[in-house]
Amino acid sequence: MTDDDQQLRVSKIRNGTVIDHITGGQALNVLAILGIDGTSGDSVSVAMNMPSDRLGKKDIVKVEGKELSQNEVDVLSLIAPAASINIVRDFEVVEKARVERPSMVEGVLECPNHNCISTEDEPVKSRFAVVDDGVRCEYCETIIRDNLPAHILAE
Amino acid sequence: MRHDHIISAKQLSRADIEAVLDHAADIAADPGAYADRHADTLLGLLFFEPSTRTKMSFTTAMKRLGGDIVDMGSVESSSVKKGESLADTVRVVEGYADALVLRHPMEGSSKMASEFVDVPLVNAGDGAGQHPTQTLLDLYTIRENAGFDDLTIGIMGDLKYGRTVHSLAHALTNVDAHQHFISPESLQLPRSVRYDLHQEGAEVREHTELDEVLPELDVLYVTRIQRERFPDESEYRAVAGQYQIDSETLEAAKDDLTVMHPLPRVDEIAHDIDDTDYATYFEQAHNGVPVRMALLDMLLEANE
Ligand SMILES: [Zn+2]
Repeated sequence: MTDDDQQLRVSKIRNGTVIDHITGGQALNVLAILGIDGTSGDSVSVAMNMPSDRLGKKDIVKVEGKELSQNEVDVLSLIAPAASINIVRDFEVVEKARVERPSMVEGVLECPNHNCISTEDEPVKSRFAVVDDGVRCEYCETIIRDNLPAHILAE
Repeated sequence: MRHDHIISAKQLSRADIEAVLDHAADIAADPGAYADRHADTLLGLLFFEPSTRTKMSFTTAMKRLGGDIVDMGSVESSSVKKGESLADTVRVVEGYADALVLRHPMEGSSKMASEFVDVPLVNAGDGAGQHPTQTLLDLYTIRENAGFDDLTIGIMGDLKYGRTVHSLAHALTNVDAHQHFISPESLQLPRSVRYDLHQEGAEVREHTELDEVLPELDVLYVTRIQRERFPDESEYRAVAGQYQIDSETLEAAKDDLTVMHPLPRVDEIAHDIDDTDYATYFEQAHNGVPVRMALLDMLLEANE
């Protein structure tokens, strides 16, 4: 079975994004990063633990009516470093890109240190440098290694 | 020095450190020569938590350079109490002063504040984060007493929350130092500091007992273990007692050991050490003035 066949298992979308090659089991975290909980009414398809030559097991997420921002792609890359992003317009893939590990993510994660100035009501965005095996707050220097999705900023 | 703001000991290279310490030594040798150097200069003091000594030290340094200070006063009486953001406060005070000194209880506060001002900003302590001017005066004292070559230093006490320790440990990666950390297990170095030391390839060892390492040390840097870090009094007593030193403890030390402490101390260094040649903590505190004069002079010069 080819990757294309697998993609057909979940319905085709007209306009939106297909995120393929997500690390197996991470699809729900990807949805959390994108702030997608199904309440907007747009259709969302998720396939989990599909066989993959490259990853062993992979997840696929298809989101109707949404194109990802660079910030979202950056955080996505931290939990699904092999992911590919396909932008679909009128049923055609018009752009295909691999995610890249950024050097910095801004305004998407909340610092777990409650004594960090970035958690206060100040006119700055949270900012994390991407380090070897996690991310590090640019203000208080706290390092987050595990469970990044738990630290995604509430909108 | 090319830095506009002094936020973290991490930004200071060996050359930066040497430049500040050399300048401080010149100033200490002839303070009168610098008496009019920054006449008409105003230093803005923003102390969001009480720290009489650090504030006095900066005040003295600025006045000895011929300048003066403007002081926000206590937090209770200022607009901060009314909910003004730190970013707004520093933007307002920037209009009054030529440089700012910030002490704030939250980590990262100086870093954030520096993003909103054009005048030089000096971090005078941000929560459990950094305290770079303390580090510079510590380094000055270490260089004067033990030198920077093949230095063996023990840092003892609360290593988890002690910002002076975090700053110093990082700065010492710039010199030829063997660092030994002595603390209760619950107060060991935090992950982010270990990460930095590891990245810098620093030679670091950790101990729970001072006597494991005391005979090797050139410098013993003692910090206070705070009662409020422990859930109950008895647990605090059990731990704190193990990290107190007196002249008997030091019988196992080298004759030329230098004992340092960022002060204030409570009972971690017994008074019977004060009159010995080991005691260097008051000299260390006095060094704060020439070191801060040197730093302010260099920042203000670079900004003119
Ligand atoms: Zn933080």
